[in-house]
Amino acid sequence: MTTRDRLTYFIYHHRTGLSVWTLALVLSLFPFYYDNPYILGITNLVAINVIVVLGLNLFIGYAGQISLGHAAFFGLGAYGSAIFTVYYHVWPWPAMALSALLVALTALVIGVPVLRLSGHYLAMATLGFNIVIYSVLVQWDEVTGGPSGFAGIPPLSIGSLLINDEFRFHYVVWGVVLVLCTLSLNLVRSGVGRGLAALAVDERVAGSLGVNSAREKVKVFILSAVFASLAGSLYAHCFCFVNPDTFGIFASLDFVIMVVVGGMGSIWGSLLGAGLLTVLPEFLDTFESVKDIIHGLILVLILLFLPQGFITGLLDLIRTNLALRRRKNVKA
Amino acid sequence: MLKLNNISKRFGGLPALSEVTFYVTKGKITALIGPNGAGKSTLINCISGIIPADQGSILFEEKEISGLQAHEIARRGVARTFQNLRVLPRLSVLENVLCGLTVKSDHSFLKAMLRLPALRHQERFLRLKAMESLDLFGLTKKADWPMAALPYGDKKKVEMARAFVANPGIVLLDEPVAGLNSEETARIGVLVKQMRTAGHTMLLVEHDMELVMDISDHVVVLDSGRCIAQGTPEEIRHNPLVLEAYLGKIGAAA
Repeated sequence: MTTRDRLTYFIYHHRTGLSVWTLALVLSLFPFYYDNPYILGITNLVAINVIVVLGLNLFIGYAGQISLGHAAFFGLGAYGSAIFTVYYHVWPWPAMALSALLVALTALVIGVPVLRLSGHYLAMATLGFNIVIYSVLVQWDEVTGGPSGFAGIPPLSIGSLLINDEFRFHYVVWGVVLVLCTLSLNLVRSGVGRGLAALAVDERVAGSLGVNSAREKVKVFILSAVFASLAGSLYAHCFCFVNPDTFGIFASLDFVIMVVVGGMGSIWGSLLGAGLLTVLPEFLDTFESVKDIIHGLILVLILLFLPQGFITGLLDLIRTNLALRRRKNVKA
Repeated sequence: MLKLNNISKRFGGLPALSEVTFYVTKGKITALIGPNGAGKSTLINCISGIIPADQGSILFEEKEISGLQAHEIARRGVARTFQNLRVLPRLSVLENVLCGLTVKSDHSFLKAMLRLPALRHQERFLRLKAMESLDLFGLTKKADWPMAALPYGDKKKVEMARAFVANPGIVLLDEPVAGLNSEETARIGVLVKQMRTAGHTMLLVEHDMELVMDISDHVVVLDSGRCIAQGTPEEIRHNPLVLEAYLGKIGAAA
């Protein structure tokens, strides 16, 4: 083995870890090149969406389920943090954990009956759940502030350092993204992840491989709900203000589009999907009124031409072609 | 090893299986044959717990498994392949075989997410096992290929490697050579015999009579959900009831 071979092998063997560290390095230097608060504000919003999409991708992309209601968990996380910090004067970090715990319980209660459904029925049930939560946020105005929103949420702090500007928040939110990204990558590369992949093909196959489908589905649903809840809490503390419209069914739909655009079952794709769909409206602000139409169009185009999603579809094409070429070489 | 006692299953009013009784001996290949609609697939599905049997008992290693859920049965050591190929198209060949080891791996999300050293060790061990299994099926060189790039015959082999990798007590092979040409069929036949030599117990559902007569030790014949005959391949070949089931009454007379 030459040194070069060894290096190639090292890179190949540790490709996942190296990618995460490279991403960490880029992200930690990013604010020094772009210290414009407007840009950092957008990238922070990207990070928040990435967190939701990571979880949702585990549920949709890996386990092959569908949810049109994750904006509800996002909202519950945000309002949970708001209510705990403002009414009960809990510190932001414990409030975040407490909200995540409550969301996990909600996901358990919703998930057990609802995940017996599949396909369109599951989509409708989760959509219904989202509408219920949205109505509660709008109607219960003594607690949630109603349609005008909930203001005065305190920012996060680390020790005595207040995380009250875009620059500081960048490090917090992307730090959370990196941690959750690593956790997700570990999960999908484990036996549990392979069980989820089997679940996506066929529940009978999963069963024959010793995977308890009903249970694993609920577990991954809860996990994705907790991711959404954490994102919601970060959102609340970032803007110090929340409004029910952020958590309606169109937000849920956008999350699903982010998963599909980025790539079903691709952790890295989640970053791309969330990034693209969050930044896009900034360039298309003259089309603000037709935003949902544009998002729908993107979804239709991707599903028509790369049904596995952008990153996944492309990667699959490249991998298959490479292997096919090798197959020809082996034969010749 | 596997004992089926009076298994019955009805779909609506239609009896799919009635009082099927037979044993599968350890270390042998038992073949299950019968004309289309005889209930072979239903029986396999009953054993692996995908559909529950209405009546009767299934003893696996002296323990009752009927009434258990599919994943519980799999975890006790009943592995299977599927008639219409069920592989994971997005994963690599090696990862597909690794899927067969989920029966052995830990199911804790938390442990998987933290990827502690213990789990890393386990994962490395599982990879070695999967590579061994791939080696048996002659697929070592294609370990990192995506499933989509494999020809159909190799995909069937991957599915078999997945079924055998966890060293299960019994493997149910549901039509392993359906859709393969005679050359590939012969190769699968050799592989199945190899697995028997290695000590594996198999229940084989197959339409290819040549293969069945060649490799099996014991043959069970189903017709319209009833077990009409069983014996060695030689006995079955000359059994008038079997000829009748396959060829009709006149064929049997001639």
